[in-house]
Amino acid sequence: MEYEAVIGLEIHSELKTATKIFCGCATTFGAEQNTHTCPVCLGLPGVLPSVNRKVVEFAIKAGLATNCKINQYSKFDRKNYYYPDLPKNWQTSQYDLPIAEHGWVEIDVEGKRKKIRLTRIHMEEDAGKLVHSGTTIKDSATSNVDYNRTGVPLIEIVSEPDMRSAAEARAYMEKIKSILEYIDVSNCRMEEGNLRADINVSLRPIGSDKLGTRTEMKNINSFKSLEDAINYEIERQADVLDDGGKIIQETRTWNPEKGITQSMRSKEDAHDYRYMPEPDLPPIVTSAEEIESFKKSLPELPDARRERLTKEYGLSDYDAGIITSSRAMAEYFDSVIAEGVDAKIAANWIMGDLSKNLNAENLTIENSPVDAKRLAQMILLIDKGTISGKIAKTVFVEMWKSQDSPEKIVKDKGLVQITDTSAIEGIVDEVIAKNQKAVEEYKAGKKKAIGALVGQIMKATKGKANPQMVNEMLSKKLN
Amino acid sequence: MKLNEKSAHELHEMLIAKKISSVELTEEVFKEIDEKENKVGAYVTLTKEEALKSAKIVDEKISRGEEIKILSGIPCAIKDNICTKGIKTTCASKILENFIPPYDATVMTKLSAINPVVVGKSNMDEFAMGGSTENSGFHVTHNPHDLERVPGGSSGGSAAAVAGGEAIFALGSDTGGSIRQPASFCGVVGMKPTYGRVSRYGLVAYASSLDQIGPITKDVTDCAHVLNIISGHDEMDSTSSPAEVPDFTKSLIADVKNLKIGLPKEYFVEGMDSEVETAVRNAAKIFEKLGATLKEISLPHTDVSISTYYLIAPAEAATNLERYDGVSYGARVDGIDVVDMMKNTRSEKFGEEVKRRIMIGNYALSAGYYDAYYLKALKVRTLIQKDFTDAFKDVDVILAPTAPTAAYKIGEMISDPLKMYLQDICTVPLNLAGLPGISVPCGKTKNNLPIGFQLIGKALDESTLIQAAFTYEKEFLK
Ligand SMILES: [Zn+2]
Repeated sequence: MEYEAVIGLEIHSELKTATKIFCGCATTFGAEQNTHTCPVCLGLPGVLPSVNRKVVEFAIKAGLATNCKINQYSKFDRKNYYYPDLPKNWQTSQYDLPIAEHGWVEIDVEGKRKKIRLTRIHMEEDAGKLVHSGTTIKDSATSNVDYNRTGVPLIEIVSEPDMRSAAEARAYMEKIKSILEYIDVSNCRMEEGNLRADINVSLRPIGSDKLGTRTEMKNINSFKSLEDAINYEIERQADVLDDGGKIIQETRTWNPEKGITQSMRSKEDAHDYRYMPEPDLPPIVTSAEEIESFKKSLPELPDARRERLTKEYGLSDYDAGIITSSRAMAEYFDSVIAEGVDAKIAANWIMGDLSKNLNAENLTIENSPVDAKRLAQMILLIDKGTISGKIAKTVFVEMWKSQDSPEKIVKDKGLVQITDTSAIEGIVDEVIAKNQKAVEEYKAGKKKAIGALVGQIMKATKGKANPQMVNEMLSKKLN
Repeated sequence: MKLNEKSAHELHEMLIAKKISSVELTEEVFKEIDEKENKVGAYVTLTKEEALKSAKIVDEKISRGEEIKILSGIPCAIKDNICTKGIKTTCASKILENFIPPYDATVMTKLSAINPVVVGKSNMDEFAMGGSTENSGFHVTHNPHDLERVPGGSSGGSAAAVAGGEAIFALGSDTGGSIRQPASFCGVVGMKPTYGRVSRYGLVAYASSLDQIGPITKDVTDCAHVLNIISGHDEMDSTSSPAEVPDFTKSLIADVKNLKIGLPKEYFVEGMDSEVETAVRNAAKIFEKLGATLKEISLPHTDVSISTYYLIAPAEAATNLERYDGVSYGARVDGIDVVDMMKNTRSEKFGEEVKRRIMIGNYALSAGYYDAYYLKALKVRTLIQKDFTDAFKDVDVILAPTAPTAAYKIGEMISDPLKMYLQDICTVPLNLAGLPGISVPCGKTKNNLPIGFQLIGKALDESTLIQAAFTYEKEFLK
């Protein structure tokens, strides 16, 4: 049977506040174990939480940037479950009055634009980290707990089950990542666990509007795993259904090494979280004025920025989409064109050579060895005719290796374009003499044959000759 | 009169007049402890060395001619659920038997400013769950007025220490009457301030929305002095009130003229001890004689306050006590894996009453029962609050018994938890409503057991309670 996948995501994003959600401890990643702790985040007897207002601000901004309704009256709740990385054995989270609800974002997949609805965004605290002597808690003789992460603020962004493919789910998560980066509330470093997703997948016969039984996969922390896990789960569920089987509602784990999902616990083993309003924290009341001021402080968001780039600079929707997919890239682009570079040429270089090199070395644009200013200077050398577009590629490679200015590289490497006809007259004559066949074809009316001659001359001048000038010289000599 | 029978403010006068030294006073208190502690059992931990050290500091200040604060150098007892940096804080539970907090509760930080002489950490019902101090994980505390009887609870150690001269004043905590009821049983003054008046930071939580720290003292004047020190907003406690704190000693005025006092008919319950009723009604008459007006009032939801309390408090307790799992502090009983270890630790180290309340609480919060129990209790709680709001439209304070009986015999109630819970009928409504209440001695039974009445005030109006209690006390002591 043909099935339709129904996918929903719960994205957990670590907020980049300087201090934890309920105490003054630093949130810095990678510190020595148990150094960023205090009685409050250790959950010692007698301690009380106090809300970091910055966390509320960031959560509200995330809500506003995803078209959510902000709840002016919101509260925290205790989500109770026993686990040794959770010092109080409850997680302070939000249950029935989350900070934001009923939002949406748009995604583009295969040229089609689609709205994905957000159910809610709520605030919560992260747990600690277990450090096992073995690989899991079960096969370890001893386990230690690092409480540095305990109380690091998170927001959980819950989507409606509006996605129908792994590609849509990926596009959605990329959009959320991009928005959170734009509004500067999360570092979104997936490798550090700043951004991770729980995925719900179910199948139903195409045409049906009833939801099938879903499975959940927790803590997916890369786009590749997200797509692979969803695709695997769609296939697995289809196989089960085709064989006349039933999908069991359960939590499964994604095993990236084996490329499969494995059953972790069934619905019967699910926790009863016994949610209770957090009595130690008064409700979070936010005034309409405060919300309005957060709204005003939001920067231009990815969708708006993309639209502006297409309108102002004539970039294609696709190119503008790529340039604006990350705030850092969009800002890089802005810096390049601020130097007076043509927008389309800037976009081509950024999406072309720059992205290729960054990807090859697994770098982000913030850490690019070639900054916006040097790239702009190089492009301007092409504009001035100092170098050809082809030479520019060589210059770019040199710039990647050193911090020299493009001018210096061009000078040191002798890459200046030859614009003096007398300097290459000899080479032109030599090429004509050596390529009589092409010359004859040209003279016989096959105008395209001139290309081969130009190529020979460019090769002989190591690309430094101005191709237009070479063309003109050849035409003159051959006519 | 022995030194340790005097009030803190009297002793303060003697200290600054250099009639006694703080070290002398402290030694005197420890002498009393040496004599009777094995019979009373008011303390879990004694801190004689630290106490004498503090006393010496105060004596040096006095000898240098420095001004000392009113409670400086006065021996006090701290209930063992208030965190004291570097000093064991056990909540009278085996699960925290060796727990030494690395931090001070806010009330301790505030007290430190006046160089307190902390005699020790006083006994209590485990995690403040109980009304007799029989539920201590370590030992039962006996009432110094009659060693066969309970001192009340859960702050029974604090009340017994003050009543028996093993401390001059004490701090207790009150979740459903845990300061007022033992004060009444032991014949001392005890106040539960308005919820939020005193920071709970560092008070080991039993039921967060009900807990409040307060003074247990020999008289109303000391109560006002202690309250002055411990009150005030604390940024470490988001539920603490930002309201300005008046100087409570300004209310130590003997005047109740035109004070409107309500007598709630529901508090004079059936099965109430007639001697208690007579004593409380006599107190009302004294108020009337002094110029106050009496009015019978009704607090119609009083009868459901016990069931409301015994859903809300255990629910909060169930989650508050989840942290005692043997992982990073407190007792640990090993098991085959981490879950087994947690189970063993909690099964072996919590007492029966604590386990009972954890089970009630988890039941009330569990899926399918939340609406019927916990949510309903929250709704009834607002009705109980409204009862008081309505009553306070007509009266300034409410007068009621603190407890339906005087101190009962040790072991008399322990096997019947329901009967014991009903003892809280006069005290829990205030906690549910967040209101202040003070218990003041008002006579004795023919068995020579103390009786107390309770004055209930409007939110943040401890001043009126102090003034009324002070007026009564002055007349009563004549
Ligand atoms: Zn901390």
